[in-house]
Amino acid sequence: MTTFVIRRILQAIPTLFGISILVYAIMLATPGGPVAALTFSPTVTPQERAALAAQLGVNDPFHIQYLRWLLGDDWMRFDSDGDGVADTAYLIPLDADGDGEPEPPGTRRGILRGDFGSSFFHGKRHVIDVIFERLGATLELGVASLVVGLTIGIPVGVLAAVNRGGPFDNFTRIVSVIFNAFPVFWLGLILLLIFGGTGLGLLPMGNRCGLVLVGGCPPLYERLEYLVLPTFVIAAGFLAVYSRFMRASVLDVGTQDYIRTARAKGLSGRMVWFRHGLRNALIPIATLLGPSVTGVLSGAVVTENIFSWPGVGRLAVSSLQQRDYPTVMAIVMLASITTIIGYLLSDILYALIDPRIRLR
Amino acid sequence: MSSPVGTRLETNNVAGEAQVSPSLLQLALRRLWRDRLSMAAIGMLLFLTLLCFGAPVINFLTGTNSRNIVADSFLPPLTPGHILGTDDIGRDHLARLLEAGQVSLSIGFLAALMALAIGVTVGLLSGFIGGHLDDGVIWFITTLNSIPLLFIILLIAAFLSPNATTLILALGLFGWTGTARLVRGEAIALREREFIISARASGAGNLRLMFAHVLPNQLSIILINLAIDIGIIILVEATLSFLGFGVQPPQPTWGNMLTESRSFMYYGPHLVFWPGFLIFVTVLCLYVLGDGLRDAFDPTTID
Repeated sequence: MTTFVIRRILQAIPTLFGISILVYAIMLATPGGPVAALTFSPTVTPQERAALAAQLGVNDPFHIQYLRWLLGDDWMRFDSDGDGVADTAYLIPLDADGDGEPEPPGTRRGILRGDFGSSFFHGKRHVIDVIFERLGATLELGVASLVVGLTIGIPVGVLAAVNRGGPFDNFTRIVSVIFNAFPVFWLGLILLLIFGGTGLGLLPMGNRCGLVLVGGCPPLYERLEYLVLPTFVIAAGFLAVYSRFMRASVLDVGTQDYIRTARAKGLSGRMVWFRHGLRNALIPIATLLGPSVTGVLSGAVVTENIFSWPGVGRLAVSSLQQRDYPTVMAIVMLASITTIIGYLLSDILYALIDPRIRLR
Repeated sequence: MSSPVGTRLETNNVAGEAQVSPSLLQLALRRLWRDRLSMAAIGMLLFLTLLCFGAPVINFLTGTNSRNIVADSFLPPLTPGHILGTDDIGRDHLARLLEAGQVSLSIGFLAALMALAIGVTVGLLSGFIGGHLDDGVIWFITTLNSIPLLFIILLIAAFLSPNATTLILALGLFGWTGTARLVRGEAIALREREFIISARASGAGNLRLMFAHVLPNQLSIILINLAIDIGIIILVEATLSFLGFGVQPPQPTWGNMLTESRSFMYYGPHLVFWPGFLIFVTVLCLYVLGDGLRDAFDPTTID
């Protein structure tokens, strides 16, 4: 088992490098790049723009820029005697802007050491801090929708399988196809129209707890009403997937020999399904963990925007609009790492439950 | 797939005359024809496509157009001359919906075709040739799949100029992994089959084997995937437009019409309803059609 886990973790490393190269290449292909994003104001002189370009190092070749982002530049140009002026350099020249003076030493530590750089906005704070203060809101939404999806989806799938071909089965089949084809953002808007504001006025329009991000938020149980609509919007997709998946899994288990044995020894139908069938039918659900992470992340981007939810998804969209490159890159990288961890956990869970998988 | 496409069984009927039994494709089409739900979905899709691309004729008949202010703002549906009412600045809602449909449908169809072409080629090569090529392709697919599709398309669409061409390229270039995986798996299963070995023995080269023998046997997978992929791509495109990174106004698409309607959803709820409904109906029909195709091509289906 340990060998299997280690092998899977090692396999994830080249994937992560692939992602980082791809994401960086897309960013570099952007016309204008970060300099254009920072010097949008017409009052910026060409000299200032050039100086900023030298400071950001956007004139360096691709591999240098990528390495700086990945590993940082504190080792590329560093200060060995501690006087605040770089005296030695690898890979990037001491005098980058060509004014005859050595540049200050590099300070970036690179994403591998957890430094995603400073945001262009948000008071130029570290990107990672900006993201972390919004993470709680997204986690709240993600966990809530997963819980709702699982607690409703699994029983519905089991019932549909037990009553195969019956009216309940057909009804849930239709509902799940409809939920799958429903545009998430439209569902959000329609629900707002019906339940929020000038509609029935039952549920709040959004704004998890005002626009306050840190502190000042009442505990979760006092503001559950804010969670209802956004959670349902994300959970709708999960409901459709989990219930169909669970139905297929239960039906598959139903054909196994041990179920026939259980029946043959005279157990009641309910006993057969719930004691013997259900436990084994739950196993394949473990494989859905990976895709669910992607679902939560993509769902958050859309849903947080509709319901003004102060989470990472909303940060992603606003950063894209402002062209806040460091933040966008950090969010995409963290989203990919989360996805990889999701798939990794899926595989490990599955291998724990089903020993045959470990041999592959 | 029990028998290769194109092989027909010669059987003798009671009278002793040679009779050709229908091919898998013919059987599938016959089943599809009898499947009322799938035919309804096809009919609906054809109707929507005709309506959207026939917009100039409809506009000529009703005397409106999609870009100009033709009446007061927020006219409710069923106003004479403006069946679906007008939007916030008095443009005809139906005319705009139809023009938006042209964009959304074209992007969905073209991007899905592009993804299909890439996916089928990569999948065939990787599965049939195998070896290091296969390892490389699998690594690349795993890498692409580890970035949530919406994020990578958002990245491209936002950083490059968001327009229809960029969207088609982005969706086509990053939406092929699912098809490639399926085609690869099927190619691996098929490459050891007797009919491939016998074709190889009669001197067929790799290219001929792949495209003349393996590919036709994947017709069902390809068609099912195409239908579902168009649906997914239309959804992703609408999501992008909704977030403001898709096709930009004044060119309407169903997604960006929803964004616009959001600011005044209480004055004109009909403006929120129709664009989303059309996305929903289109995607639903494509999914239903995909399901219907799967059943039609399933050799275990009993007639």
